[in-house]
Amino acid sequence: MSEKTGVIRVLLAKVGLDGHDRGVKVVARCLRDAGMDVIYTGLHRTPEEVVDAAVQEDVDVLGVSLLSGAHMTILPRMIDLLKKTDADDIILMAGGVMPDEDVAALKKLGVGEVLLQDAPPETIVGTVRRLVAERGPR
Amino acid sequence: MDMVEDVLAGRVRGIARMMSRAEAGGGDCRAALAEIYRHTGRAHVVGLTGVPGSGKSTLARVLARAIRASGRKVGIVAVDPSSPFSGGAILGDRVRMTGLSGDPGVFIRSMATHGAVGGLARASLDSVDILDAAGFDIVVVETVGVGQDEVDILQAAHTVVVLSAPGLGDDIQAIKAGLLEIADIHAVSKCDRADANRTLIDLKGMLTLGVAGGDGWQVPVLPTSAENDEGIGDLLAAIDAHRAHLEDSGGIALRRRRIAETRILGIAEDIVRTRFAGRHDGRLAGLLDRVMAREVDPYAAAMDMLAASRED
Repeated sequence: MSEKTGVIRVLLAKVGLDGHDRGVKVVARCLRDAGMDVIYTGLHRTPEEVVDAAVQEDVDVLGVSLLSGAHMTILPRMIDLLKKTDADDIILMAGGVMPDEDVAALKKLGVGEVLLQDAPPETIVGTVRRLVAERGPR
Repeated sequence: MDMVEDVLAGRVRGIARMMSRAEAGGGDCRAALAEIYRHTGRAHVVGLTGVPGSGKSTLARVLARAIRASGRKVGIVAVDPSSPFSGGAILGDRVRMTGLSGDPGVFIRSMATHGAVGGLARASLDSVDILDAAGFDIVVVETVGVGQDEVDILQAAHTVVVLSAPGLGDDIQAIKAGLLEIADIHAVSKCDRADANRTLIDLKGMLTLGVAGGDGWQVPVLPTSAENDEGIGDLLAAIDAHRAHLEDSGGIALRRRRIAETRILGIAEDIVRTRFAGRHDGRLAGLLDRVMAREVDPYAAAMDMLAASRED
């Protein structure tokens, strides 16, 4: 996060064969309305593309929307890539539809937070702000 | 100053982090940016502008591919508008810029305008400097849609490409009047569409009506289609030809000088604006009351503000 302007940068991505982007657009809009800079990558990206983009954009938070059920394949891969790029100070968040036991497993693996389909906008905004504040300045 | 070393060595994380520091505008990054500035001046800066939806991001993508195919490295600075209400922004240019990932010869950065006109120019131009110093041969600055805002950034480019889309009808006349003055190259997007010819003819017609610029450069009007990958090679050739023309005619020195002038003035404006906003809330409120009561006029109030900012 920039010390002076205080603008949080978030990159939102849809990864894999998941074509449902209404949810991620709602999230993008509510983060924008909370004063954040939101970079959206569009549909059908690979984990490599998204991590590359997050590093170049130097975002505070990388948010991945997954409604396809591939979260246990894609998210661990992204955690690996972030570590490999020496970019694991970028906070990884996930959103979408996932079973509770997977949520617990993902958080153990290093996903900062998982927000499910019923998370209201203020929770999403609050969670992003909290995680960035907890990480502190870089 | 290892962050500067990272930038000069072209390390992605260092470049990205330096851009964030520059955008935040804190005093701590000025020394690093000053050091970086000493290493700039090699890159050719291409400004890419056009109305919203004309295809700037898509063109930037195919142009970047063509630049890579010619063996050169390319940086893209893509600017999108900030919300005037929340200050937030949706930066969507990357949606169109697929297929460039995983190539260390391409660096894409999305930036928001953050309201201030000067701020846009300052942070975007800092990013151009960083990419220049990091060894990118061509830096493409993609502006927000056409308006008054991006005149600053267009004056920051060595070559200005104005992109027009077909089918804009009567409105295009008004738009073209403004754009003709700043375009070094006119490109027409979406030329796979039947009505693109009309736009090409309109642009060429408009150019023949005016007196040609004194520097001997013939502004070309180029059809492009990202869909069919047509005209992109010609566009890159025109950019290279314009660069060669600037170097041969000595025009490049004038442009560099103009860019520096724009930046100095922009930064000075920015500093004054920040001082006003940061330190004179109380004074401004008092002056507002007096202006409302017709005791002083707005001009005298502005002079009063200026005098006060000079005191600190």
